[in-house]
Amino acid sequence: MAGNREFFYRRLHSLLGVIPVGLFLTQHLVVNHFATQGPEAFNRAASFMGNLPFRYFLEIFIIFLPLLFHAIYGLYIAFTAQNNVSKYGYFRNWMFMLQRLTGVITLIFVTWHVWETRVQAALGTEVNYDMMANIVDNPFMLGFYIVGIVSTVFHFANGLWSFCVSWGLTVTPRSQQIFTYVTMAIFVALSIVGIRAILAFA
Amino acid sequence: MSEKKTIRLIVTRQDRPDSAPYEEEFEIPYRPNMNVISALMEIRRNPVNAKGEKTTPVTWDMNCLEEVCGACSMVINGKPRQSCTALIDKLEQPIRLEPMRTFPVVRDLQVDRSRMFDSLKKVKAWIPIDGTYDLGPGPRMPERKRQWAYELSKCMTCGVCLEACPNVNSKSNFIGPAPLSQVRLFNAHPTGAMHKAERMAAIMGDGGLANCGNSQNCVQSCPKGIPLTTSIAALNREATVQMFRNFFGSDEV
Repeated sequence: MAGNREFFYRRLHSLLGVIPVGLFLTQHLVVNHFATQGPEAFNRAASFMGNLPFRYFLEIFIIFLPLLFHAIYGLYIAFTAQNNVSKYGYFRNWMFMLQRLTGVITLIFVTWHVWETRVQAALGTEVNYDMMANIVDNPFMLGFYIVGIVSTVFHFANGLWSFCVSWGLTVTPRSQQIFTYVTMAIFVALSIVGIRAILAFA
Repeated sequence: MSEKKTIRLIVTRQDRPDSAPYEEEFEIPYRPNMNVISALMEIRRNPVNAKGEKTTPVTWDMNCLEEVCGACSMVINGKPRQSCTALIDKLEQPIRLEPMRTFPVVRDLQVDRSRMFDSLKKVKAWIPIDGTYDLGPGPRMPERKRQWAYELSKCMTCGVCLEACPNVNSKSNFIGPAPLSQVRLFNAHPTGAMHKAERMAAIMGDGGLANCGNSQNCVQSCPKGIPLTTSIAALNREATVQMFRNFFGSDEV
């Protein structure tokens, strides 16, 4: 079925959002949480992650390529929607709109975050506690990071809900309702992990 | 002298498919038990707007007048629904009538819903039973299945779910919830199931199932209470299986 790729791209977009991007996000937030135990604990964890074998391979295939596809195709999806929450103010329609809004915010945040950390590291700056402490020393940047983290986590948690529908896991309204609770619990839990970590640098 | 009770309507009008829409206000005498259609008929009987100027009668579509044909669908006070079951006594005034802009406007409140018919043809929303000889009765259907399938058969192709869907618009080619649910209906039928793979191939193509963004406005808006999002999720599951069948191979295809 050449030239009939939409189904494949959509499913790939849905899958990549969870595996590996969502898993990486969770791992990233958990590792950052070491910062709450002090600079040494964070530096140890960061250097362990930074010195993993096959680092470039892992970065390219687990982070950058999936993230790039998810982001670019996601932008296309976001801008083909015609949001109508003012007319149809139902809960799921709000989530639909927020999923697209947080997707765009997350893309801006992640681009800036990669520039400030990974690209700077490639240019010779050392990735450690002080690097992040310097960034969030600026209250505006701290606010930007908190908004970015919450938006990313929301996009992941609510994305998990639509993943379950898109792959046909949750079919009945009841199962979808319960998964709304489950994914919102994941949103709250991961937000706490992320915000505690970023505040540890401030 | 006591004032005569009236009904105020603001109608979005459009003279030609390519001309600009404009609003026109009407004030018509009240009668008990009116619906939007009888109000529009009153305007047709005496086409004079609220300013007292003579105007053209408002055009709209209608057929069954009992909410089973779907023809009289329009946007009433912001929500798409059938004008035959929109009772004046239950509507806030002024009553705003607009066409369902998801579809091409023919004139005033009349739209061209032929894209829905095209979608039904695309997904083969029928059961082929014709042959060169009498094939006899088909296989029986389990009663439990018949019960939920009957709910899906209530679809009248009115277009309300397409109007409510944020992903059905001029920027996308999404066929919308109604024809998808029909695929589930015809795949559920024991004889219809013989063409399941063809229908799945159609909705796994461009503009198909994958375009659903789960806003779930469709199921909230459907006047027949059809479980459209359940149908979509069930088809998603079927498509997941079909996807593996297509790639790795299966005798089911």
